Amino acid sequence: MPRSNSLTADHSLAFPGGYTRSVGPVIGRFLTELRDGRLVGVRTAAGGVLFPPVEYDADGEPVTEEFVEVGPDCTVGTYAWVPRPRPDHPLDRPFAWALITPDGADTAMLHVLDLGVFDLGAKPPKTLRAGLRVRPKWRAERTGTIGDIECFRPGVTAINAPVRADYRLSAGQALSRFLGGIAEGRILGHRCGVCGKVYVPMKGMCPVDGVPTTEEVEVPGTGTVTTFAVNNIPDPRAPEVPFVSAYVLLDGADIAMVALVAGIPAGEVRMGMRVRAVWRPREEWGQTMANIRWFEPVDEPDVPFDEIKDYL
Amino acid sequence: MGEACAVIGVGQTHYRSRRNDVSIAGLVREAALRALEDAGLTFKDIDAVVVGKAPDLFEGVMMPEAYLADALGARGKPMMRVHTAGSVGGSTALVAAGLVQGGVHDRVLVVAWEKQSESNATWALSTHPPLTPSLVVGAGGYFAPHIRAYMRRTGCPDHIGTLVAVKDRQNALKNPYAHLRIEGISREMVEATPMLWEPIRYLETCPSSDGAAAMVLASESAARQAPNPPAWVHGAAMRSEPIFFAGRDTVNPQAGKDCAADVYSQAGITDPRRDLDCAEVYVPFSWYEPMWLENLGFCGDGEGWKLTESGATALDGDIPWNASGGVLSSNPIGASGLIRFAEAAQQVRGLAGDHQVDGARRALGHAYGGGAQFYAMWVVGSARP
Repeated sequence: MPRSNSLTADHSLAFPGGYTRSVGPVIGRFLTELRDGRLVGVRTAAGGVLFPPVEYDADGEPVTEEFVEVGPDCTVGTYAWVPRPRPDHPLDRPFAWALITPDGADTAMLHVLDLGVFDLGAKPPKTLRAGLRVRPKWRAERTGTIGDIECFRPGVTAINAPVRADYRLSAGQALSRFLGGIAEGRILGHRCGVCGKVYVPMKGMCPVDGVPTTEEVEVPGTGTVTTFAVNNIPDPRAPEVPFVSAYVLLDGADIAMVALVAGIPAGEVRMGMRVRAVWRPREEWGQTMANIRWFEPVDEPDVPFDEIKDYL
Repeated sequence: MGEACAVIGVGQTHYRSRRNDVSIAGLVREAALRALEDAGLTFKDIDAVVVGKAPDLFEGVMMPEAYLADALGARGKPMMRVHTAGSVGGSTALVAAGLVQGGVHDRVLVVAWEKQSESNATWALSTHPPLTPSLVVGAGGYFAPHIRAYMRRTGCPDHIGTLVAVKDRQNALKNPYAHLRIEGISREMVEATPMLWEPIRYLETCPSSDGAAAMVLASESAARQAPNPPAWVHGAAMRSEPIFFAGRDTVNPQAGKDCAADVYSQAGITDPRRDLDCAEVYVPFSWYEPMWLENLGFCGDGEGWKLTESGATALDGDIPWNASGGVLSSNPIGASGLIRFAEAAQQVRGLAGDHQVDGARRALGHAYGGGAQFYAMWVVGSARP
C-alpha cells in the first residue's frame, strides 16, 4: 500500500485493438476445430495425445502432424472452488476452476466448471469431486478462441418434472349444508337413524351402519380435547409452530373433529381439557371452517379420562 | 387357503436417501434381478408380475406400472398394480400369493418401491384440499395424538419409544441394506433430538428412503426346483376399516385384531409370542411397537410397553421384532411392507445374514397403512404347511 502521504494515480496499459498473434499450424488447427465445435489433441512422437495441443512436447520434440478428436466426455481432476467470483471472472456466481481431461487425451486443460446456480459465498457442492464427468458447453457464435467453450458442465442426471392437476371440488349435499350452518354461526351434525350416533360434521351417511342420515342436530361450540399433537414441523400451510392440532369432541357429538387449539401455551394443553370455539368477527364469515379461528380453553374442570377413553 | 405357495427368491436394493444414479425403472429392476438370481430364474420363467407402491403423488408419476412393464420383463404377461397406502407392500405380496394359491400361476414376481427423493412425503400426504381443511401435517401429525392416547391409556413411562428407536437402529447395523446406520446409537442420542410432533421425537421416526424390494412366489412344484430354501406361506390375511367412525378404537384398531386372528387361525397359531420365532412389523414411529404388540396379541391390552421394556423384542429376546432394523431404519414407503414380508421369509429360510434369528422356523410379516386402517399380514415357515 502506498504511504498515506504519497501521491497516487490510476494507469491502464493496453495495446490499442489488442495484439495480433500468429498461432502456427498446431495451435491453429486446435483453434480451428474449436471454432467448429470439436476438441482435438495432437499425437506426440512417443505416441501420447497432448490436449490442448502444443507444438513441442515436454521432451522438446516437435509433435507429429496427427490430430486426434478427443472428448466430448471429459473427467475432472483437481479443482478450486470460487465462492465469490471477481469482476473479471467468466461467471458472476460461484464456479470452479478445474483441470479437465477429455477422453482420449493424456493431459488436462484448465477451464471453467459450472455446477449450477449457487448463492455468493456458497460452500462447494458435494457433486464437485475428482472424477466428475463433464462436457463442454459451446457458445453459439464461435470465433476460434479458447472462449468458444463457455464452460464445462456435468451430464444430465435429473430433470425437473412439474406436475399439476386442476380440479373443481364439489362439496356435496352434506358438507354444503354443514358449511351453510357454519356461515350462520351454527355447528350442525346428523344423528344416525340406526345407531343413534351424532356425526359432526355430518357425512350424510353412517360409516358403521352404511345408511343415509338425515336427522339434523345442532351442537354447541363447546367441547373436550380428547387427544392432541404439538406440531413443531413448519409447514407453509400450517399456522406458526409450535401449534396444537387436537381432537375436539363437541358436546353432544359422538366423534371428535380435528381442530387448532390456541390461547394457551402448547405445553399446557391437556387431554380432557374443556374448550370453546372462537369465531372470527361476523363480517368475515363465509361458507368455510375458517369462520372458527380456533378453540380456546374455558374455565371448567377437566373431564376425567374415563369419560373420554372411548373416543380415542 | 388353496394351493401351497412359497417364497423362492428375495431381492432388495440398498436403501438410501437418494438413488440419483438410477431411474425408477432402474431401481425396480435392480431388486427384481436380485430376487430372480436368488430363485435361479430369469424374467422368461415368470408367469405374472404384481407391483405396488404408495400414492402416485410421491413421485408425480401417474400409473407408473404402465411404464415399468419393460423393466420388469412383463411384456405379454399379466401385470397389475396394488395400492393400499402404507400397507401396500404387504398387500402386493398377498395379491401375488393369491395368484399362486388360486392355482392360476406357478411363478409370480412381486415388486414394490418408492423413490421418496423425487418429492416430499409430508407434502404428498397433506395436500389440503379446499372445503375440508385439515390441520394434520404428514404421517407424524396424524399418528402423534394416537400415540399420546396409548401412553395415557396404559400409563406407560415416557421412555418406551426411545428404547425401540435404539433397538431397531442397533439391528440395522447388522443389515447391509439398511438406510440408517447410526454407530453408537443410544437413548441419550435419541432423547437429544427434537420433538417433531410431540410426543414423537426426530429419531423416533422413520427416514425417507429410495429403494425397492422384490420376491418370487412359487407353487409347490416350482418351489421344489428352487436352488435355495423356500419360505412357505402358512397364512395370509388383509383387513380394512374406515378412518373415521364413532366408537372407533384408533389406538388398537379392530381391523388389525381381526386380521391377526385370521392369519393366526390359518397358521394354527394360538399364542403368537410362543408359536412365532420372530416378527417383522410395520413400526414407522417407535411407539407403534408396544401398540402393535397388543394389537397383534403378543400380550394383553396395556402390556405391550412392558414387553418392549423387558427386552423380549430385542434380537436376543424371546420374540425378536424387526431384526432387520425395520421401517425405523429403512422406509421406501411403498416397499416398506414388502420388506417386512421378505425379511420374515429370509428369517425362516435361514438367509437373514448377520441379523438372522437363530433357528427361526415361523415368522410374521406385517404392514399397515392409511390412518391405521389397512392391514396386511402373513405367516411364513420353513416347513411346508
